[in-house]
Amino acid sequence: MDDAITVRDLVVDRGGRRVLDGISCAVPRGAVTGLLGPSGSGKTTFMRAVVGVQLVSAGTVTVLGQPAGTPALRNRVGYLTQAPSVYADLTVRENARYFAALYGRGRAEADEAVSAVGLAEAAGQLVATLSGGQRSRASLACALVGDPELVILDEPTVGQDPVLRADLWARFHAMAAAATTLLVSSHVMDEAARCDRLLLIRQGRLIADDSPAAIRAAAGVDDLDEAFLRLIRAGAGDAPAGREAS
Amino acid sequence: MNPRILAATTGRILRQLRHDRRTIALLVLVPTVLLTLVYFMYVDQPTPPGQPSTFDRIALVMLGIFPFVIMFLVTSIAMLRERTSGTLERLLTTPLGKLDLLFGYGIAFGLAAAVQAAVAAGVAYWIFDLRTVGSSSLVIGIAVLDAVLGVALGLLCSAFARTEFQAVQFLPVVVIPQLLLCGLFVARDQMAGWLQALSDAFPLSYAIEALQEVGANAEPTGTMWRDVGVVFGAVVLALVLAAATLRRRTG
Repeated sequence: MDDAITVRDLVVDRGGRRVLDGISCAVPRGAVTGLLGPSGSGKTTFMRAVVGVQLVSAGTVTVLGQPAGTPALRNRVGYLTQAPSVYADLTVRENARYFAALYGRGRAEADEAVSAVGLAEAAGQLVATLSGGQRSRASLACALVGDPELVILDEPTVGQDPVLRADLWARFHAMAAAATTLLVSSHVMDEAARCDRLLLIRQGRLIADDSPAAIRAAAGVDDLDEAFLRLIRAGAGDAPAGREAS
Repeated sequence: MNPRILAATTGRILRQLRHDRRTIALLVLVPTVLLTLVYFMYVDQPTPPGQPSTFDRIALVMLGIFPFVIMFLVTSIAMLRERTSGTLERLLTTPLGKLDLLFGYGIAFGLAAAVQAAVAAGVAYWIFDLRTVGSSSLVIGIAVLDAVLGVALGLLCSAFARTEFQAVQFLPVVVIPQLLLCGLFVARDQMAGWLQALSDAFPLSYAIEALQEVGANAEPTGTMWRDVGVVFGAVVLALVLAAATLRRRTG
């Protein structure tokens, strides 16, 4: 089966700075792929390119067999932005229902999405009155409400309590088992271990693209954090001139 | 455009408005309060024989100007909020079309303006005894069209503002020249030629002329319908330009 996302030689410049520098990779269907990297490494820019809202300087991004950003894809791709992008002056339920309507779904699906992120009890509350973690879960509900084939989640578990985080990850895996493709960014390494596949980017370059087990084996250590450190150090030798590690 | 998405978007904007009681109160009451000021400013002014009283002349024009200015401001800020809260970027990854969003704002705020214009006109006619030769429902209709013009220009201008701070600065740039040259202060045919040309290029001039036609004639005149057509065309043009300047892909 072909991949859900195929990226070839992707280059993105933002504000005169090269943010993504020739990334090529593939994201397999029906799996949870983790996009790992420190803050500022280009994770969000990569995700924006996949959903088709990022101007790219060079390279191609193919999503579900079509160029990223093609109108037909908008029904099939769900996107969670890093900062919760829901209407603060609407209730959780009203937000979910609005995004459901955009995808041609009804009230039942909206209520289900709200329950799925653990906000059933706060459904009638204005988003402005929610905690940060609740707010980002309200945003997550709106990304999942259209039951998309491909879900792009930019740091979905930041600020969530450990029990909820485990619940959310269980949900992501259940979705993947039901043939949904997930691309999830994180800068927390303990989440990397929960992914089926990992993409590690640093300073706009792809450092690793493999399963967690293969990355551990290649680095010769069990701890993913340590494994990434070794990969970065091993890759530092062939970094282009003039690109200083900050 | 997709009727289902347009209806959902209009409903969503109205629901946001409904949660904001203070804004509703301001929208409904401010034009009425301002009309009250206008009434007491002119109540003791002598009326030249055979002419409408100064209050009638000014209040009629104000019924068109208040919704235009208020809706321009409200819309610029609302659209900027979509941009800065990230909801706009997210919306542009969904099946929503750009015109669904822009016409959604046009319709939702147009409905709010209808309530606003009806209350203001009701106060003007019943409490302050405004007299127009033509029908009050035409006055309200044109006032709502003026509000929609404000919405459309607000949506267009918000594309050129990155922050709310910049957005409010468009008020003096876009609204005040139209106010000065719309014929309220100096009749349009008494202005210098280049000012007349500017006035002819501003859609608000036609909106005000349409109101003045209703004020002076018992039946809708051809000039009034032409003016209404021009304002309507300006609204559609502004919305289409606003859609053209709304980019899905950004740096």
